Amino acid sequence: MDKHDTHDQQDTQSDARPVLEGPDIARVLTRIAHEIVERAKGADDVVLLGIPTRGVFLAQRLAAKLEEITDRKIPVGSLDITMYRDDLRMHPPRALARTEIPGDGIDGRLVVLVDDVLFSGRTIRAALDALNDIGRPRAVQLAVLVDRGHRELPIRADYVGKNLPTSLRETVKVQLAEEDGRDTVLLGAKQTQ
Amino acid sequence: MSKILIRGAKVLGGEPQDVLIDGSTIAEVGVGLSDEGAEVVEAAGKVLLPGLVDLHTHLREPGREDSETVLTGTRAAASGGYTAVFAMANTFPVADTAGVVEQVYRLGQEHGYCDVQPIGAVTVGLEGRKLAELGAMHESAAGVTVFSDDGKCVDDAVIMRRALEYVKAFGGVVAQHAQEPRLTEGAQMNEGIVSAELGLGGWPAVAEESIIARDVLLAEHVGSRVHICHLSTAGSVEIVRWAKSRGIDVTAEVTPHHLLLTDELVRTYNPVYKVNPPLRTERDVLALREALADGTIDIVATDHAPHPHEDKDCEWAAAAMGMVGLETALSVVQETMVDTGLLTWAGVAERMSVKPAEIGQATGHGRPVSAGEPANLTLVDTEYRGDVDPAGFASRSRNTPYEGRELPGRVTHTWLRGKATLVDGKLT
Amino acid sequence: MQRHLISAADLTRDDAVLILDTAEEMARVADRPIKKLPTLRGRTIVNLFFEDSTRTRISFEAAEKRLSADVINFTAKGSSVSKGESLKDTAQTLEAMGVDAVVIRHGASGAPYRLATSGWIDAAVINAGDGTHQHPTQALLDAFTMRRRLIGRDAGLGQDLSGKRITIVGDVLHSRVARSNVDLLHTLGAEVTLVAPPTLVPVGVETWPCEVSYDLDSTLAKSDAVMMLRVQRERMNAAFFPTEREYSRRYGLDGERMAKMPEHAIVMHPGPMVRGMEITAEVADSDRCTVVEQVANGVSIRMAVLYLLLGGNEPAVSHTRIEEK
Repeated sequence: MDKHDTHDQQDTQSDARPVLEGPDIARVLTRIAHEIVERAKGADDVVLLGIPTRGVFLAQRLAAKLEEITDRKIPVGSLDITMYRDDLRMHPPRALARTEIPGDGIDGRLVVLVDDVLFSGRTIRAALDALNDIGRPRAVQLAVLVDRGHRELPIRADYVGKNLPTSLRETVKVQLAEEDGRDTVLLGAKQTQ
Repeated sequence: MSKILIRGAKVLGGEPQDVLIDGSTIAEVGVGLSDEGAEVVEAAGKVLLPGLVDLHTHLREPGREDSETVLTGTRAAASGGYTAVFAMANTFPVADTAGVVEQVYRLGQEHGYCDVQPIGAVTVGLEGRKLAELGAMHESAAGVTVFSDDGKCVDDAVIMRRALEYVKAFGGVVAQHAQEPRLTEGAQMNEGIVSAELGLGGWPAVAEESIIARDVLLAEHVGSRVHICHLSTAGSVEIVRWAKSRGIDVTAEVTPHHLLLTDELVRTYNPVYKVNPPLRTERDVLALREALADGTIDIVATDHAPHPHEDKDCEWAAAAMGMVGLETALSVVQETMVDTGLLTWAGVAERMSVKPAEIGQATGHGRPVSAGEPANLTLVDTEYRGDVDPAGFASRSRNTPYEGRELPGRVTHTWLRGKATLVDGKLT
Repeated sequence: MQRHLISAADLTRDDAVLILDTAEEMARVADRPIKKLPTLRGRTIVNLFFEDSTRTRISFEAAEKRLSADVINFTAKGSSVSKGESLKDTAQTLEAMGVDAVVIRHGASGAPYRLATSGWIDAAVINAGDGTHQHPTQALLDAFTMRRRLIGRDAGLGQDLSGKRITIVGDVLHSRVARSNVDLLHTLGAEVTLVAPPTLVPVGVETWPCEVSYDLDSTLAKSDAVMMLRVQRERMNAAFFPTEREYSRRYGLDGERMAKMPEHAIVMHPGPMVRGMEITAEVADSDRCTVVEQVANGVSIRMAVLYLLLGGNEPAVSHTRIEEK
């Protein structure tokens, strides 16, 4: 998700309401996997790169579903965009997350970036820069669990789990079992401080 | 105004008395003295001491007038309550001839803030090889009686022995800067726990103690008296105590900063704490206070060492050694010795006026506060407490380690032979 | 919060582990086709070297350039400094040019501390070695090398060096590397033993968080890493030890002594090595010797330090000792 929301997540009030529950998330990911296979013509050159933290778990889940569908091993990795962010000077430096590029690289492949929430688009902009330093994919696509709108850059997702119209006063919080112990997407009001 | 009545001062810290100055001498001391025809200085609650005498001052003139001159240095002295200072010989040129010492002496007389008694160098150019003309300096108008290569140690045992012997002819004394030179090559601070951590070259206590041990034995052997400058370690105290118990004619001084500050301050790498001998440990500080109280250490001397700002506003290794001290000495002694109960004000008078005048043979100084004596006096507001502000110093230099530190006591008046040099804390 | 890196003693355990973990990620950049990150674009860093040290300077320079910083190199030799200009004036001149950070190497202990605390400049100060005081990035790269070799590249992430036994051999008295390593290794939970002739151990060492031994042979068998310090031949003239031969015999590391070390144990050296003096060619060239790795790791560590101090609006590394005015 957009790292702009990191602080919002912590501020989410307890009265935040779920907009997607565990089974919804599983269903949405299955749909996205099918869409990828359909649009990538069998997905034989697909590489999934998740954006830490939760994008990585989503990429791994998507890869598992793609492997079920195609019965092939799908390369999956992670792409940390911290050092490419355009707001570095607005926060203290963050601990870096792992960038793990699958062994065969990304040159000439279809890279599908995976993130939890698409918001301003700045994270994806940074991810495109980071990709540029790693190799030259045939094409790059974007899969997100939630698109909450409010884009600040000309970026759109190729695969969207759920379009969620929000106000800027609201927060969207994605929880995944691997990190948070349960699967859910919460919509809450931003706490005034 | 020829008559001044100091009313109700605690003379040497005792019961309130009036002191009448007539001309250059004390006319009368008693209770309820008449103020007829006298300018009155109300001194209730204040302590009256004999004018302070500093056996160890660097006035820097001739040669380093950018850091201090005889004028600025004696004004600083008067501000600090001093009526006589002994000016060290490490000027440019070195005070190793009658000509230089007479010049310094005359400048002091002309300015009139404080008597300046020049100290002559022991060896030519402070180089430790050849005796300077000690007799000629003694016979000059300056009448030099104290000789020192301070800043450098007279480390050659034979030269030291000869100097100790030679000055006996005219009752002089050699004041030794005790620093074994080979043990202190590249020395930057006290050698110990802090130097090990900071990676600064160590100045071991033994480099001071070994020279003091040697010199008291030399003094005993040739039957001379020796004075030890700025004693700084607990070990040095023990050696001097032992020497005195054997009847050796040794006197010793301690600086105010060695009574208060420790090498922990060097952790700031601020060269304002760089001084020679270096700041030592808490244990040394306590031993020095005790020794000053019990008389093992005879006197307090400032080692007032002015340096221009640029010589301290730099990295530690590049900085000059030394601190100014004339204007804070009495406050530091009050803080460390009086307010701690180790010394009475009479004891302070003994160690900052009477004894230093005696060691240096400063005629007319360090005398009792009684009728017929020269009116060299210092009035101290001992109730005062305030932060040290170097901007207010009369000294040309500001290299004090006490900037911003709260210290007790403030000299309000100083009289040199009846003439006020400081009135209500302001120089005349 | 502190903006400077002056002493290894200023780092908490968590700070140090964060730097080591960050350095692991930085190290991966070296495997990419484009070994460059845009992170410090538009930031200006000056390498202010009052002492010759080509290897440390180029290591910092490589790190700065990989993070896209603008780099100015300033060496004192032949500059205004050799004509008597003060550290203060030099620093202020550089700051007037809009420098964000100063990486300083200086022969005087405390010069970087002075630069950081005197109010002369606002830039962040990173100590690249001062006198016989500190060399914190060297200690960090040494710890990084140890963690990789003794625990593992991935297994080491998030880990400190608890329980590891490190022996540091040689001229401790004149070594900023030894001081920094003792501080950092202790913070990271390692057990440090210094081995040196008594003349080359500082008075006051008894308060350091380490053991001191005069006997190398008895410590080798219980060492996970043995770090050899450079011993300058000139020390012999100041009577620190009688002859080079005697020093080598008592404190040099040769093949025979290396064989006494546990199989997994490594040999380290901050460089440059004096072969034949503190280390034989056989040991220096063996697989157990990490000298070359240490150089490569130095770039990663310095990238991590630069990123954590300069990558944001305030540093991510907290310090305890220096209070900012």
